[in-house]
Amino acid sequence: MGERPPVDYIARTREQYARLGYDDYRWAERPDTPPWTPLAKPVAEANLALVASGGAYLRGQVAFHWQDDTGIRLVPSDEPASDVRVTHFAYDLVPAREDPNIVFPVDRLRELVDDGTLGSLAPQAVACMGGIYSVRRAEQELAPAVVEAVSGMDGPSVDLVLLVPV
Amino acid sequence: MGLVARALEAAGFPTLCLTAAHSITAAVNPPRAAFVDLPLGYTAGRPHEPEFQREVLRRALAAAETIESPGTIVDTGVAWSDDDSWKDEATSGLNNGVNSAEGDSRRDRVAEPQYQFEEDRVAADAG
Repeated sequence: MGERPPVDYIARTREQYARLGYDDYRWAERPDTPPWTPLAKPVAEANLALVASGGAYLRGQVAFHWQDDTGIRLVPSDEPASDVRVTHFAYDLVPAREDPNIVFPVDRLRELVDDGTLGSLAPQAVACMGGIYSVRRAEQELAPAVVEAVSGMDGPSVDLVLLVPV
Repeated sequence: MGLVARALEAAGFPTLCLTAAHSITAAVNPPRAAFVDLPLGYTAGRPHEPEFQREVLRRALAAAETIESPGTIVDTGVAWSDDDSWKDEATSGLNNGVNSAEGDSRRDRVAEPQYQFEEDRVAADAG
């Protein structure tokens, strides 16, 4: 952590919305104990799937739209990040388009497999779009699609999922 | 993403959420999270700094092994720089504190696919 505490984006967004005259944004709150599946293997032996919500897609795929797009795109894990495109309405795309690894770190994950930090990578990474304003749609459309994609990966079963939001 | 992590975990997949937004992650309360003190849009590091990016991931993956209690957010110790001034005005939207924009700097939430390059649209339409 830096010298100062983390930015409180919930408080800051509330202030910003009030200033702009918008209704309050309702963040998802889940105070109950989260579900839990223990790791079956150390990370150095684990087969990892990446799920990233920075709006990544590949040339040839239909890009995400910016209004609660709850779809997913599967990107082969051996695809260099330089071939990955990104699209999103709510963050600065300039640095991510310079180096997609900052929101979709596939090159780095492959290197961590090579140096033995990580066991293996699932054959595909799951790309999606953050900023789904409907909690209901995130839970009833996006989440099941990601679960289905991770469950259905070719090769060994997935031991750990790394989620990278923006 | 916390909601997706919870669904994956309920389906039998251990998860680790990387996050640069501590309060949002604390609210949605995913099973395991690793906090990095970086601006929004740079969750996995700064562009073209592969060693920094690998270090972010190494620390996140280490957190996946050490967290034993559901709902834990580990501070990885990863920070943007010694200078915290980017935090002064950082919000979601285009104003992440590194680049600045005023008011509501998000783009319009249009319902048509938004391609990075026009040739992507042509390629997708051809497919």
